[in-house]
Order: sequence, then structure tokens, then C-alpha cells
Amino acid sequence: MPVRNVIIIGSGPAGLTAALYTARANLKPLVVEGLEAGGQLMLTTLVENWPGFRDGIMGPELMAEMRTQAERFGAEIVRSHVSRVDLSGHPYRVVTPDETFECRALIVATGASARLLGLPSERALLGHGVSTCATCDGYFFRGKPIAVVGGGDSAMEEAVFLTRFASQVTVVHRRPTLRASKIMQDKALSHPKIAFEWNADVEEIHDLGKGEVTSMVLRNNQTGARKEVPVDGVFVAIGHTPNTALFNGQIEMDASGYIVTHAGTRTSVPGVFACGDVQDRIYRQAITAAGSGCMAAIDAEKYLEGLPQHLGEAELTAG
Amino acid sequence: MASEKIQTLTDGNFEQTINGGTPVLVDFWAEWCGPCKRMSPTVDELAGEYNGRMVVAKMNVDDNPATPMRFSVRGIPTLLLFKGGQVVEQVVGLTDKDALKKMIDKHV
Repeated sequence: MPVRNVIIIGSGPAGLTAALYTARANLKPLVVEGLEAGGQLMLTTLVENWPGFRDGIMGPELMAEMRTQAERFGAEIVRSHVSRVDLSGHPYRVVTPDETFECRALIVATGASARLLGLPSERALLGHGVSTCATCDGYFFRGKPIAVVGGGDSAMEEAVFLTRFASQVTVVHRRPTLRASKIMQDKALSHPKIAFEWNADVEEIHDLGKGEVTSMVLRNNQTGARKEVPVDGVFVAIGHTPNTALFNGQIEMDASGYIVTHAGTRTSVPGVFACGDVQDRIYRQAITAAGSGCMAAIDAEKYLEGLPQHLGEAELTAG
Repeated sequence: MASEKIQTLTDGNFEQTINGGTPVLVDFWAEWCGPCKRMSPTVDELAGEYNGRMVVAKMNVDDNPATPMRFSVRGIPTLLLFKGGQVVEQVVGLTDKDALKKMIDKHV
């Protein structure tokens, strides 16, 4: 199999923007879309902060558009996930369950996945009342009381969305104030169906024996007081963890597992670039992910231009 | 979501299908569930690969609320593997084909 100019791992806003730009630079990028193809926007409903859509656009629709746009300029997208990468020598190797690819430049856009609280009962009850996806699972809680854990934008968005189904939504937050943007805070705080538990940690989720969620135990982290709150569902929205397990020991990461970038999107490995939530612990927006995807594409293009054996006509057509 | 090897389950024909003697893999899904659509081609492929050894079926939770309720399915996609009418495996959320095959091969 010929060596590719550039492989992009991930197909969220960062990966697909990198694909669009490298495709338009005639680099014939290959995108390995990953298990959670389309990224976190696939799990949202209306996206109101993507510039250019005054009435908002549905997350899955936006991602479908980005994908088609990248394909229109020649990006090749494979429906698979990467099981291993080898960055120890050139060309870099990218392994999926079915194929092994080789490339000169690699763009890492593997994003981040929802974080869980870390309770044993939580994992066991996933799909039976514990959820990380309000748009997927809200339907099952029609007329039932539920909880949303978290204090950021995603948590407020989920809480407001879930009021369509639930009889009551209790937001459980470990701090006395929300971290969410003002507009999302206002929406949630003024909603008649949403109540708040401040300074509260979820200590336990019941009932493992019955195999479904019946209640949660909250502990006030100021007073130490405990109480049991009956709920049928617990939606966990406490942030995301970067998907970097593939690169352990191969690319420099910070203590939280984010890929460290410098001078744009460069990583500790020459020719390997990172963009989107996998390297962003601050902004984490679709638009910043897309912006950094564009940067990675331009950085990769510059890098390839500097390579001695770069881009013979034959390789381009073969790629 | 159509494939000739895939059975469509309803609250009505569910019991009869899972007690049919052959193991049955049931994919609980809905039109509005993005991850379910992602999972669907994988389930279609499994139907081809296990043809004759395992029945692969899909159940729309919108049209058939009773069965998911009965098995405490509160999130989709969920896959349940039935053998002799009993649940022997369950998988919640997006899962890759290799992991699913490993799970199925323990029973089929």
C-alpha cells in the first residue's frame, strides 16, 4: 500500500476541518473516523453558537455537512477505528482492525469522551438509568424524576433538554455556583422544572440489586450531611477526558492526558500534529476545534513541503 | 435499517422469537438516536457473519415500549443476547465489532 501524505484520526469538527484543508491542498487525506464518528456534536440537538446560522443548526446535520464538504474536495473517509499507532520511525503506521496504513504526516483529532463519576454502581447501571447522553436516553424518562450531575454548559443544556421528558430535573453540582455561560445559567435557573442541589457530591447510586436506578445518595461537601433523593435516572455531565490512550509513551502529554502542542499544533513528534479537544483544556468549542483543525492542516502542509522526498507526481496519484 | 437477514421485533412477536431455540441478538434502537445509526451497519454485518447460528433482530423502542421496559433498558443503543429465552449478555453504547464478536462467540 502506498505511503499516504497525511492521515487524520478523528472526524469531529477538528478532524473534518483538517480534512477539508488538506484535501484542498491536494494532499489526498485519509480520515479514520473512529467509533464515535462526528464527535460530540452528534449527541447534541440545536447548536446556536456556530457562526453563520442565525437560527442555529442541528449538531448531526452540521457534521453531515462538514463531512460531505471534505469529501467533495477529495478527502477519503474510512469507517473504522484506530487500534494502534507506531510513531517510532518514518513513515508512521496507523493500524485499524482491518488494515495498516502508512503516512508522512499525522493529524490527531481524537477528541474527548464523557467522563464518569467513578462509582462502581454507576458503571453497572449504565444503560439502566445512568447515562452520559441526554439526547439518546431522555426518552426513557417520560414523567419520571431525574438528576443531572455537573455545573457547566453541557450540564445545563442537558438539564433544559431533559425537562421535555422528566417530571423534575435536579441539577447536582459540587460547587456553590455554576461554571456554565450566563445565557445557559439563566435558562436553567429560571426553569420551573429544574431544581438545584449545591455543594453536593453523588456518593452512591441505587439500586444495583434491581438493576435499575431508584435513588442517589448526596453528600453536602460543606456540612457533611447526607440525603437520599429518589430518581429514575442520573445523567452525568461532568466534562470530558481526552482520548489519548493510543499515544501513551509516544507523544508528550500533560498530567491530565491532553496532548501538549507548541508553535501552533506541533506535538513532541515531528510531523505529528494535534487539534481539537484532544489538546484543548480551555476552550473546547466546536468552532475552536474547527479552527485548530485548519491550523493543523496548514502546519502539516508546511511540514510536508520541507520533507526531502516530498510529493512526487507518482505518489500524489497513488495516494 | 433494512436487511433481509435482520428480523424486526415487536412487543407482540418478541417472546416467541427469543424462545425459538437459536440464540437471538436484539438491537434496541430509535430513529432519533445518533449512536444507534452508527451501530446499525455493524449489527447488519453480524447478521451476515452469524447467519444460521444466531438470529439478529432489531426493536424500535418508540413503537415498542413494553419490552425495553421489561428488561430495564433505559439507554440506547443497547444490545441484548438471549439464549434459551434468557439474557446472557448485554452491551450498552457504541461498541466495535471485534468486541461484540468476542462476546457473542462465548455463547454461539
